[in-house]
Amino acid sequence: MTVSPTMAAPISKRKTDFSRVLHQPLLGPLAALILAVIIFSVLSSRFLTPFNVSLILQQSIVVGILAVGQTLIILTAGIDLSIGATAVLGTIMLAKTVGTSGPVVALAATLLICMAVGAINGALVTAFKLPPFIVTLGTFTAVAAATQLFAGSTTYPTQPGVLSFLGTPIRAGGFNITVGVIALILVYAVTWYALTQTAGGKHIYAVGGSPTAARLAGIKTSRTLFSAYLLTGVIAAIAAWAALGRIPTADPNAFQTANLDTITAVVIGGTSLFGGRGSVLGTLIGTLIVGVLRNGLTLIGVDNLYQNIATGVLVIVAVAFDQFARRRTS
Amino acid sequence: MTQTPVLQARNLVKRYGSVTAINGADFELRAGEILAVIGDNGAGKSSLIKALSGAVVPDSGEIFMDGQPVRFRTTLDARHHGIETVYQDLAVIPALDIASNVYLGREIRKKGFVGSVLRQLDKAAMRDESMKHLADLKIGIRSAIQSVETLSGGQRQGVAVVRAAAFGKRVIIMDEPTAALGVKESGMVMDLIREIKGRGLPVILISHDMPHVFEVADRIHVHRLGRRAAVVRPQDRSMSEVVALMTGAAEPTEEERAGAL
Repeated sequence: MTVSPTMAAPISKRKTDFSRVLHQPLLGPLAALILAVIIFSVLSSRFLTPFNVSLILQQSIVVGILAVGQTLIILTAGIDLSIGATAVLGTIMLAKTVGTSGPVVALAATLLICMAVGAINGALVTAFKLPPFIVTLGTFTAVAAATQLFAGSTTYPTQPGVLSFLGTPIRAGGFNITVGVIALILVYAVTWYALTQTAGGKHIYAVGGSPTAARLAGIKTSRTLFSAYLLTGVIAAIAAWAALGRIPTADPNAFQTANLDTITAVVIGGTSLFGGRGSVLGTLIGTLIVGVLRNGLTLIGVDNLYQNIATGVLVIVAVAFDQFARRRTS
Repeated sequence: MTQTPVLQARNLVKRYGSVTAINGADFELRAGEILAVIGDNGAGKSSLIKALSGAVVPDSGEIFMDGQPVRFRTTLDARHHGIETVYQDLAVIPALDIASNVYLGREIRKKGFVGSVLRQLDKAAMRDESMKHLADLKIGIRSAIQSVETLSGGQRQGVAVVRAAAFGKRVIIMDEPTAALGVKESGMVMDLIREIKGRGLPVILISHDMPHVFEVADRIHVHRLGRRAAVVRPQDRSMSEVVALMTGAAEPTEEERAGAL
């Protein structure tokens, strides 16, 4: 190969070690996770036990699954404030319809209603070009209220069976996980494959990174965006099912902080709020960081409200880091 | 010259309300040439180029490829006819790697079950093909898996040109490809344009940069008031004469006005 001297410009001559770390986006979150695990292991002898590790995994299932949907949306440079409320609507739909129509119809109805919310978000963002923040703030408010009306402000306990299938325990050594943990891993694996190994995944990154360039390259940007919102609806339905596996009672007031936790997990995991860069592996690490933080702070006796302050600070730090990294690379 | 033009337009008109962006414009691109399109701001050269690349549908007039009438309703229509466009700064997605950028929207999938059902991309093939295309145009990039944002401005533009050259079978349009680049990097892009010409592909170069235009162009299409004012040969005219034609300060010869040169 002939290399003309001007084109073979050195690429990383003046890059510092620090900026190389910034180009390994998973390294930071992984270091933070390991650091948190070490700190809590020192502070509490109960932290790094098989029982407690299983507990952290189980506590991370619902937020972890929802965070996959949040990752898809944030990669397109959007944000979804309605995904938590959609999952809660899903749990009520599951619990209410299972008694009258059986579990298959209940699961199908839940899938449909969650996808409908995703489709409404997607249509408003693509067809009417409205900002995702405002659209999903609107659907969040509407869905939360509709859930209360639909539930009649009561809770719905469910019987053991198909609806609590994702809560089925699996024992391995001293660990006590559930089918839900397997479901969580599957959702991550499938989404990782779709994002990194298929053209559709590349298009999500392209649309989030530079919508105009993506359109000029012949990508149907509206279709790509719409499918991201639709898939997020599917993921909300899976999270609803997993939620009943974790706590077998559908409660319209449950999972109040789930939505913010998904955004926290995604951002801590290194996915940029500006779109176009990030990964579900990062989100998995981010989910575990949030889970470890909440669990560890509880173990050492820190009040719930202080935990919320801690996660709030963590999000802001992560966003600041993202801003900083972006300025360095651009 | 009796050869049929590769791309030709006759009497194109495009109006936006009371504004006439293209006012009966003619256009002719011949086989294997570099045709520069120049014009003052607002002369309508970008509307003309958009009509030729399918980004704008003219109200009236005809477009021909190899003498056959064609109609471009979208940029995809033009691409199907082998016309590829390089845009000045919106050409690439910075966070994606080089191979993904070259094949964006035209990805290669693996053969068999994993490709058709699991829709898995053939990353190795796209990487190897991208490297081959980069080498063809003498762009020295060591690896196609590095992200485009790690490249210099000229190298980024190089990736965009590689994409166009890899898929453009008939015509490459370059819309101000050096507007955002420094002197040295502009020189690299000029070299690329000559490389593409060397492969027999005709290039339409839209540029404000007179020295560049005079350096590479075989003919210069001067656009003024929404139409072709003249086509000149750089060896017949000086830069200041061409600027005078562009601003209307001088009149072209009959031959130049007719686009016969």
